[in-house]
Amino acid sequence: MFYIHCPYCQEHREEEEFHPRGEAHLMRPTDPDNATDEEWGDYLFFRQNPRGIHHELWVHSVGCRKFFNITRNTVTYEILETYRMGEQPSITAETEKLRKEQGVQTADGGWQTIGAQPDSRALNEETSS
Amino acid sequence: MSNVSAKQFNTVPAGNPAVESPLHWSYQQQKSTPSANAGVVLREKALLGHVVLRGGAIVMDEAVRQVLGMSLPAKPNTVTRDEAGERSIQWISPDEWLVIVPGGEECDLERRLREALGDAHVSIVNVSGGQTVLTLAGENAREVLMKTVAFDVHPQAFPVGKGVTTVFAKATVVLRRASETEWELVVRRSFADYCYRWLLDASKEYGIDTQ
Amino acid sequence: MTQTHRINAGGHVDRSQTLEFTFNGQRYQGFKGDTLASALLANGVDIVNRSFKYSRARGIVAAGAEEPNAVVQLGAREETQVPNVRATQQALYKGLVARSTNGWPNVQRDVMSWVGRLGGGFMPPGFYYKTFMAPASMWMTYEKYIRKGAGLGRAPHESDPDIYDHMHHHCDVMVVGAGPAGLAAALSAARAGARVILCDEQEEMGGSLLDSRETLDGVLAARWVEASVKELASLENVTLLPRTTANGYHDHNFVTLHERRTEHLADTASEAGFAGQARARLHRVRAGTVILASGTHERPLVYANNDLPGNMLAGAVSTYIRRYAVVPGKKLVLSPSNDHAYRAALDWKEAGREVIAIVDARANPDGDLVRQARDSGIRVITGSAVVEARGGQRVTGARVCAIDLERFVVTGKTEELECDTIASSGGYSPVVHLSSHTGTRPQWNEELLCFLPGEVKGMISAGGVAGHFGLDETLADGERAGRQAAKATGFENAQAITLPATRARRDGKACALYQVPHEKTALRAPKQFVDLQNDVTAAGIELATREGFESIEHVKRYTALGFGTDQGKLGNINGMAIAARCLDRSIPDVGTTVFRPNYTPITFGAIVGRHCGELFDPKRYTALHQWHMENGAEFEDVGQWKRPWYFPKKRRDNGQERMETMHEAVARECLAVREKVGILDASTLGKIDIQGPDAREFLGRVYTNKWAQLAPGRVRYGLMCKDDGMLMDDGTTSCLADNHFLMTTTTGGAAGVLEWLELWHQTEWPELQVYFNSVTDHWATMTVTGPDARKLLSELTDLDLDKESFKFMDWRDATVADVPARIFRISFTGELAFEINVQANYALHVWKKLFEHGEKYDLTPYGTETMHVLRAEKGLIIVGQDTDGSVTPEDLGMQWAIGYDKPFPWIGKRALSRPDTLRGDRKQFVGLKPKDPSVVLEEGAQIVFDKEQSIPMDMKGHVTSSYYSPSLGHGFALAVVVEGRDRMGQTVYLPMADGTVHEAEIVSPVFIDPKGERQNV
Repeated sequence: MFYIHCPYCQEHREEEEFHPRGEAHLMRPTDPDNATDEEWGDYLFFRQNPRGIHHELWVHSVGCRKFFNITRNTVTYEILETYRMGEQPSITAETEKLRKEQGVQTADGGWQTIGAQPDSRALNEETSS
Repeated sequence: MSNVSAKQFNTVPAGNPAVESPLHWSYQQQKSTPSANAGVVLREKALLGHVVLRGGAIVMDEAVRQVLGMSLPAKPNTVTRDEAGERSIQWISPDEWLVIVPGGEECDLERRLREALGDAHVSIVNVSGGQTVLTLAGENAREVLMKTVAFDVHPQAFPVGKGVTTVFAKATVVLRRASETEWELVVRRSFADYCYRWLLDASKEYGIDTQ
Repeated sequence: MTQTHRINAGGHVDRSQTLEFTFNGQRYQGFKGDTLASALLANGVDIVNRSFKYSRARGIVAAGAEEPNAVVQLGAREETQVPNVRATQQALYKGLVARSTNGWPNVQRDVMSWVGRLGGGFMPPGFYYKTFMAPASMWMTYEKYIRKGAGLGRAPHESDPDIYDHMHHHCDVMVVGAGPAGLAAALSAARAGARVILCDEQEEMGGSLLDSRETLDGVLAARWVEASVKELASLENVTLLPRTTANGYHDHNFVTLHERRTEHLADTASEAGFAGQARARLHRVRAGTVILASGTHERPLVYANNDLPGNMLAGAVSTYIRRYAVVPGKKLVLSPSNDHAYRAALDWKEAGREVIAIVDARANPDGDLVRQARDSGIRVITGSAVVEARGGQRVTGARVCAIDLERFVVTGKTEELECDTIASSGGYSPVVHLSSHTGTRPQWNEELLCFLPGEVKGMISAGGVAGHFGLDETLADGERAGRQAAKATGFENAQAITLPATRARRDGKACALYQVPHEKTALRAPKQFVDLQNDVTAAGIELATREGFESIEHVKRYTALGFGTDQGKLGNINGMAIAARCLDRSIPDVGTTVFRPNYTPITFGAIVGRHCGELFDPKRYTALHQWHMENGAEFEDVGQWKRPWYFPKKRRDNGQERMETMHEAVARECLAVREKVGILDASTLGKIDIQGPDAREFLGRVYTNKWAQLAPGRVRYGLMCKDDGMLMDDGTTSCLADNHFLMTTTTGGAAGVLEWLELWHQTEWPELQVYFNSVTDHWATMTVTGPDARKLLSELTDLDLDKESFKFMDWRDATVADVPARIFRISFTGELAFEINVQANYALHVWKKLFEHGEKYDLTPYGTETMHVLRAEKGLIIVGQDTDGSVTPEDLGMQWAIGYDKPFPWIGKRALSRPDTLRGDRKQFVGLKPKDPSVVLEEGAQIVFDKEQSIPMDMKGHVTSSYYSPSLGHGFALAVVVEGRDRMGQTVYLPMADGTVHEAEIVSPVFIDPKGERQNV
């Protein structure tokens, strides 16, 4: 059960509120009518399925109904970041490789930092004062 | 009507035909035995006006200020209410809000909002027949919610004024904390009976009062 | 029976409360505070089970979750049976009834023991398969008896009277285990203000402190436990969960806890005085930080006959004496590899029983406890170990030898010691299971001779599980972990708390000992058991490595090491060590197998929780459900919806009154619609409100057909494909205003279609100005259809229903029975039809008014079955029934709904020109008319062209829908058939499983009114 930070609701929610929709950043050929059968087949059927860093499309189906992207490590299941439609990931397989080579620790945009839910606390103080 | 490109439809009848809330039948089917020291008190706020607003936050905020005299919630997952507590606006998504008003006001609200919004690209949808509001109160209300929703309902994480859309057992709910003692659950009509039975069952050990 | 092994003083049992219980039909007594295991030991019960494979007598070995033998079937009545309960974890209650899981007909005299007596070489790993698999046909016969003999616990045959539930939690710090480290951690995190959950699987919190000889602040450690638990219980930010096992550690710090709420009190919750409450509760915890303070399990030594009743873990001996005031024997031989285990001998002696000797594997043990033992006059034999236990039904002696650890041989002379109990200790294995659930591998620590938890993000291990074995270290480590966890979750000001003072103790270094050498080879020596629950021996592991199984995962699967309900808690490390020795590799090199959830068995009841019976799945009802119930509808599940299937009426046959059959009711309903007027509750159809200046453009992109010209007031049927060109949904969409449309979807497709529209809008065409909202539940939909539909409706509406002003595929605003309504002139029956939408709260009123006025027209309510027959007679498809995700609009012959010349390359268009979708031999949608008019073909039946061919036949299509048509007077079907449209008039064959072969003619799928005149009247 993942704990996913919805970039629109701006808080962590349980996995049961979301649907995964496969690989992110798939490009529908811009001119389908003139795409070759091979190009169209690639778009429809072929996916990266990498071991390690993977960018995935998810939807907050029981929530704000917004689609967004998750960068997830398919080995550790760690979610490294979530970002809105139209944005590019700041963590990729390439940046991770670079970080490793430079001996820098992996950026932690994941669930661990939010255990205390500072957002809600701030709200609490505001409304109860 | 300034916005001719969208169709308004007044669902409020002129006469006085029989009307049933989504829980009408469930109440008849499953009466709880009233218990003296009920730990959970369940009520329906039946037949309210429910309207979904979609659009840009800035134009929509201006329009609701003008029409309802209230602003849109400034933060995600929050609810604003008027002074009487009868009208509320809840953040549902960055371009979606749920407005709940006393029953019968919904069509007039839509008309006035459309007037105020002019040609702006918005969507206003009356969903009053499709959902209803349950309230949950009592000493054990929070425990019943903990059995029901995975979202954190601890006062630290769910202060008064917060509202979220989340999973309710195997259905969905719009959950709002109306006051220190009262929770509001907006449930869909077709799931209302399931939600009601679930709450009766989960509350059984504390005793439940459904009026 | 008297409690022969109970001592008169000490322990945490309440001697004033005697509890009667029954084990294997025999009545016994124990005390409140006992576990079933301690009560059995108190009564001198040696044999609690028969082993799985060899059917050897087995006794209680441990005192906790790691117990492999004392696994019982619990429950006094059939409906309260619970299998695979560990007696060591089951609190004793009045009237408890338990049986051994294995042993047929009973544990004392076991008919399977002949199998075990065949002895050493006869039952290697794979014995059952190698022996009984030939001839294969006989396995079914053997299996029945072998299974009965082996026994694995059984599920009850009657339904469980108890209820179960789930509870969701969120916390800053989740502490697993309330031993010294867990308590210290919980205290320090809680005092810092963090939301803390502390769980412990035992009846009491305190863990190892409950049977400790040590003092804290000068008093017995158990006192400090009491005070700490009291403080934690008083704090609002702390949730204490005793009797709660952390069973699974999942992604992103999600921990599942299994709380036993009434199982310690009685068979059922109501017998325990908690009627209406859950017997067990599954807590689902999302934690900021998890503190793993699960402690250690002691490892037994592997020596010959180490499975005889009377062989126990050293620590368990201490636990039974100090916590339960039970001494499990009279004469003890202790065989340790470490100082800590000496406690067993000291406790035994203090309890007034005889310690024959301590046989220490180390040459020069010199710690404080060793000195204490020597000072108290206990004989300590060094450099030696118990190499073999003697006895039949119970230990009667121990054969002791000097051993050489380096060379793995017995060196000295044998000495026979007379005793009834052998306690062994090969060291301590941190309980790393939970950390392994996350996918990390435990790490071997050569210094400590054990596996430590691997690194898990968001987890801190503390105390014994982290390799801190001394009490002072454990407490300090727990306190540090609690503080660190609090800081990590936002409580930066967490302060160190004062810990109780311990008395310093010096422990000598332990030695590495797993299997004890024997004079004979492992294969020839008496059995040396590694995994007691699965009867895996050292010889078995040796054989596995010799047969080429070098990976520990393969060894596990070949021998069944660690496969039992105990998950190899006692045996795994020893097994790995033996495999490493046989393979001449190091233990870390051989590695561990993977531990998976659940840590201990959990009942299905707890997994299911409240999601059972009528709450198993949501039942969705329309606003008219009450009327359907009152009018005797039979219901059909459509997704989660309950839809009326048909409305059977009473009828009289030869003066006898009876209910119509489904066939009769459907025939009556069909004819009513074709000849008079019928009404259907169609409220379940998905309805999506679409607004925005680009709504029309959007529709053109997601539907295959054209939307540019659809005027306000008009309705159009649309087909929706995925981008692979396959049909995914269909329905009508109405133009309400230029920028405003109402889309309908199939009942089952509603949520999926809405998400599909959002997907394309949000990810592909965000520049289009359009919004989508579900209004499925807001509107109730009633279809009034049949030749008299207009007459009926005109009585109730202000709308002019004239066919010129209100045409087929028009919609209008109106009132029906004084309620504002939208009326759509669309038809799914082929007859004149009006679909009335009203706000759902008024639906019942309108429906009832229609019936008041409908009586004179013989208005007939019909259900989904009649709806299916009527639409199939018209050749109208149902997506998901006549299509299956591999059918294109072309295959369906719906070219009229494909706008190839639309400007935008709509979803699915490109795929319709791929070579595969252009293939000439695709299956096409056709009608089938059975040659025998009384035959109704089976849906799903396969179609062949040549009925004489041999099996497997060349299948050319299948039946997708099939009914009897009361209007036509014969059965008919819809089907997909290879090149079907070119085969009109040809005969096809449908061979059935019973050997009959049906014949049918390929015809047009439209069986009634092919020109569509009836709906246009």
